[in-house]
Amino acid sequence: MKIIGTPRRRVDARAKVTGQTRFADDIMLPRMLHCKLLRSSVPHARLVRVDTARALAHRGVHLVLTGKDFPVPYGILPVSQDEHALAVDRVRFVGDPVAAVIARDEATAVEALDLIDVEYEPLRTFSNPDDSLAHDEPRIHDYGDGGNIHKAVSLGFGDVEQAFADADLVFEDTFFYQGNTHLPIEQHAAVAAKDPDGKLVLWSSTQTPHYVHRALAKTLDLPAAHIRVIATPNGGGFGGKSDPFNHELVVCKAAWLLDRPVKICLTREEVFYCHRGRHPVLMRFKTGVKRDGTITGVHLKTVLDGGAYGSYGVASTFYTGALQTVTYHIPTYHFQGCRVFTNKPPCGPKRGHGTPQSRFGQEIQLDKIAEKLQLDPAQYRLRIVEQPETLTANYLHVGTIGLSECIRRIVRTSDWTNKFRKLPRGRGVGLACSSYLSGAGLPIYYNDMPHSGVQLKLDRSGGVTAFCGATEIGQGSDDVLVACVAEVLGIDPHDIRPVTGDTDLTPVDLGSYSSRVTLMMGNAAIQAAERARDLLSEAVSRKLEISKDRLVFAERRVFDAEDPAKGVAFKDAVCLAEAMFGTLGTVGSYTPPRSAARYKGGGVGPSPTYSYSAAIVEVEVDPSTGWIQVPRVWIAHDIGRALNPTLVRGQVEGGVYMGLGEALMEEQEFRRLPPRLSRALVHKFPSMLEYKSPTTLDMPEVFTELVENPDPRGPFGAKEVGQGPLLPIMPAVANAVYDAIGVRIDEVPITPEKIVKALQAQAAGKTPRFGPTHFPDVPWPETLNVPPPWEGGDGKATPEAESLRSRPRDSAAVRGERGWGPARIKK
Amino acid sequence: MMRLPNFIYRAPRTVREAADFLAAAPDTTMLVAGGTDLLPNMKRRQQTPATLVGLRQIAELKTIANGHGLTIGACATLADLVALLNDPRVRRSYAGLWQAAAQVATPHLRNMGTIGGNICLDTRCNYYDQNYEWRKAIDFCMKKDGQTCWVATSSPKCLAVSSTDTAPALIALGASVTLVSAEGTRTLPVADLYRNDGIHYLTRRPTEIVASIQVPPLEGWRSTYWKLRRRGAFDFPVLSIAAAVKLARDATVEEARIVLGAVASRPMEAPEANRSLVGQPLTDAAIAAASELAAKPSRPMDNTDFGLVWRKRVTRDFVTYALRELRGDDVRGLRRGIARQELLGLQ
Ligand SMILES: Cc1cc2nc3c(=O)[nH]c(=O)nc-3n(C[C@H](O)[C@H](O)[C@H](O)COP(=O)(O)OP(=O)(O)OC[C@H]3O[C@@H](n4cnc5c(N)ncnc54)[C@H](O)[C@@H]3O)c2cc1C
Repeated sequence: MKIIGTPRRRVDARAKVTGQTRFADDIMLPRMLHCKLLRSSVPHARLVRVDTARALAHRGVHLVLTGKDFPVPYGILPVSQDEHALAVDRVRFVGDPVAAVIARDEATAVEALDLIDVEYEPLRTFSNPDDSLAHDEPRIHDYGDGGNIHKAVSLGFGDVEQAFADADLVFEDTFFYQGNTHLPIEQHAAVAAKDPDGKLVLWSSTQTPHYVHRALAKTLDLPAAHIRVIATPNGGGFGGKSDPFNHELVVCKAAWLLDRPVKICLTREEVFYCHRGRHPVLMRFKTGVKRDGTITGVHLKTVLDGGAYGSYGVASTFYTGALQTVTYHIPTYHFQGCRVFTNKPPCGPKRGHGTPQSRFGQEIQLDKIAEKLQLDPAQYRLRIVEQPETLTANYLHVGTIGLSECIRRIVRTSDWTNKFRKLPRGRGVGLACSSYLSGAGLPIYYNDMPHSGVQLKLDRSGGVTAFCGATEIGQGSDDVLVACVAEVLGIDPHDIRPVTGDTDLTPVDLGSYSSRVTLMMGNAAIQAAERARDLLSEAVSRKLEISKDRLVFAERRVFDAEDPAKGVAFKDAVCLAEAMFGTLGTVGSYTPPRSAARYKGGGVGPSPTYSYSAAIVEVEVDPSTGWIQVPRVWIAHDIGRALNPTLVRGQVEGGVYMGLGEALMEEQEFRRLPPRLSRALVHKFPSMLEYKSPTTLDMPEVFTELVENPDPRGPFGAKEVGQGPLLPIMPAVANAVYDAIGVRIDEVPITPEKIVKALQAQAAGKTPRFGPTHFPDVPWPETLNVPPPWEGGDGKATPEAESLRSRPRDSAAVRGERGWGPARIKK
Repeated sequence: MMRLPNFIYRAPRTVREAADFLAAAPDTTMLVAGGTDLLPNMKRRQQTPATLVGLRQIAELKTIANGHGLTIGACATLADLVALLNDPRVRRSYAGLWQAAAQVATPHLRNMGTIGGNICLDTRCNYYDQNYEWRKAIDFCMKKDGQTCWVATSSPKCLAVSSTDTAPALIALGASVTLVSAEGTRTLPVADLYRNDGIHYLTRRPTEIVASIQVPPLEGWRSTYWKLRRRGAFDFPVLSIAAAVKLARDATVEEARIVLGAVASRPMEAPEANRSLVGQPLTDAAIAAASELAAKPSRPMDNTDFGLVWRKRVTRDFVTYALRELRGDDVRGLRRGIARQELLGLQ
């Protein structure tokens, strides 16, 4: 292979480094107006009155919209249609959009915001999950699993209680994972316009144009065919641009009503309010092990602080419990997860979606188990790694596993054996592993259609255009698209024009989330390219009078494998084929394999294959101040095959960077003012200065190893890399801190202050630890019992369990539930 | 994007002209130098002057003279100052100032930001350094548009934090500042420029312009600056220690000045600690005793990054680092770890 596997300059690099990439905010259209949103200044209230008269009268204001203009709700998941573009009768957090001003320029729109009079009738504020669990009324939403519980689930795979009885040792630990946000450099921006044909066009920095398209058709009540959504290149997304957003719907409506282009560019504060970031998760891990470390069973309980709206929350809840079994062999497993609503910006999917939190707990607990059993943590993990090509207790089909090789590599490159428990006090190393999906096996809404489609156009110029709905969010998906096509057709990636993320021009791809693009779009691209190659082969073989199977496509030529001099230029091959078949075009598509999980909730977790990572982090901790430093990180990632190693390494290092931010400093924190004086509940510091995220100066040396073990399900054997390498970093830091100074920090971020507190406990002879101990009472539903494969299960819940299961109190939820229930698994 | 409110802009060419603009309406006029502090504040409507008097066109304010001591024009950029002090011969006497200036914000901001703006930097607070909508959501605070100090709701005065990096260093070096107004000129010690009040944090009169800063010749002095912040760039100090000592030939301390930054609404001097050091060499015991005493005036509040208990606690450690460095210990590893960047030590 010429292109695949070779480190290359990505196809969009020139535009990016020369500043020519056109982001949404760069779009300027004639007669364009500007939009600003008025956001709620109270955390929870009934909206009594929104008076827009003064704002509308302000010079330069063209339109003021309110909730009345958006009667139809929306939400990314069919089961959580709980958002309105502008608040209808309720506001649920400080930052919830209430009204929109469209004016001749941004400054005028800002002035007019202050002229909108809003009357609120305050409601009780819920600032944390304990609050929301303790009080059923008032409900933040009138759907969900009762009171302020959005979703509560309980899944049992085998008899965990028996497994604990059979274990030699049972460990029980409580962990807390603080919420944090994506912090893409580009703030969300969107421009909407009515095109000359009277159709609606939206340019937006979104990761999911297809889902935005659907939300627009629903809320604006326009035929989908009359709406075009163009995803502009995203200046980073990380999951923060995967929901349809208020501002997108607002500019569309405004452009439609005014018949003028309307633009909005959010401020950094507003991006913090859009959020959809990492859920704060409190979790309790109970794990039974044999004396040799073999796991007999795991019981995991999680409580997620969901914020004010559903977003991807139902999926996030299941994800906190989905992937434990994919990494290590766990014969019995009980998972209980609960997401509650609070009056804060909604949480959702951030890089690793729902899995980093419980990964953090599990990997620290394994470190504790290894220590107790006097096993080396690396050797211990090698012993319990899940087997390739197996079905796990929760019916996830695992493909290739390069995890053992990842562990061996970093153990070698970091000189682990000479460091672990051997460095002087104040210095330490810690190890952790992880796994992640290569694309969600199921779409957001139930359907039988492909998840990704690619269309190729070839013409007599010799040029190839590749069309796909996938969105370039900085991760390099355009490059992957053209690389796959170029490899098959034997041309240069720069000969191909990618046209992506445009619902009018490109076949549907579900979007840049769940690490799905390389695998799904890549497979679709290969199929389309192979079909094109077939056409060209046919024509060239006739011309050269040699059989098709002797033809090679390489170096922009099509030639005879046995006599390379005999051949035609690629361009001529296209001409021959065009003469023979007429206008040339091919398509390819990809649909993931059917999942073996047939129980309710089994829709979250299945993936065509999983990636694996292992990391070792070195830390330096000052025993007096707790000041913590990370000088070095060694990481190995099981990529299957690196299509473009430059991009893969970029993703690995980016993951390490983001992981260190979560491990050491990032916090989506809130301030509750003294309740006797104020009802305020505000984001503590919605700014890039005070929301601390590492700078380049805080970045350690990173030693990256790529483990290549091609997976037949991936394009050229590739698996994901966008999310997985982030996951082991946080627990590896925690484990390294323990190695350095003997204290356990069972929550993130791991700050000097927490280290000092744990050191004080250590000095006082108490448990040398900082972290939560309490776990709230949750009204768990009846457990859905699913016998694991080795107990003769077929992926379905036992019938008794199904009938015993307590029904959610709200019937709409049951109806909506279809998207996630057994209905979506085809027989 | 956040937008600036409307204002009138004046661009005088001389200090005299600037002073006249200021005198015309001192309560609604503000000076702007690099604008790196004032303009973001205006975008957030924390400060809403009707008129801005720009100082960047005034050549006489930009000069830096290095002869008998150091005279720094108020509009010299921090980048220019750092460049001058990068010369080891100049730096020898003013190491603490060099380290302080070099750790302000980021290279971009040091290219714009001036020393005058730095010493007049508005006090900071997590309840105040927020945009208009956020502040509205907490019903504003005492420092702007509101009544209460949310940091300590019973506090009669504003507790916003002095966050300038160079002021503690200048005070430790015994620097003075010259103020010019339409009425005349006066010079005072930099220490006297400040008040421990988050709102009225400067003793500068509304009609006065900071024209220059004079640092005396410092034969026999050593100085240093240690800054605590979360990251290696951007962040304002949440604790800083400027320290200077004059050592006799036998290493006995003849004079000492320790100044704490970011622990109150003004830079805090530590006279008891200073006295305790005089008359003996910088032994471990002397350093430990002085660190205890120096930490006393440290009163961090819950309005910056990091918790107040921890910030108070590590004050001692930071004073120790500073004094050990002045003694001649090799603390480069420590400094690298805390500054998260390679800043040369004193030797
Ligand atoms: C992201 C960020 C990080 C920062 N980090 C730091 C940091 O780590 N440490 C730090 O100390 N600062 C920091 N700053 C603040 C600022 O950049 C510096 O303090 C800078 O030196 C201010 O100088 P300036 O010329 O830009 O001031 P300006 O913004 O022009 O003025 C600041 C104040 O001083 C007044 N003023 C200016 N010149 C005079 C004068 N000649 N006479 C009287 N009054 C005057 C102005 O009226 C205004 O009130 C940071 C700023 C930002 C945006």
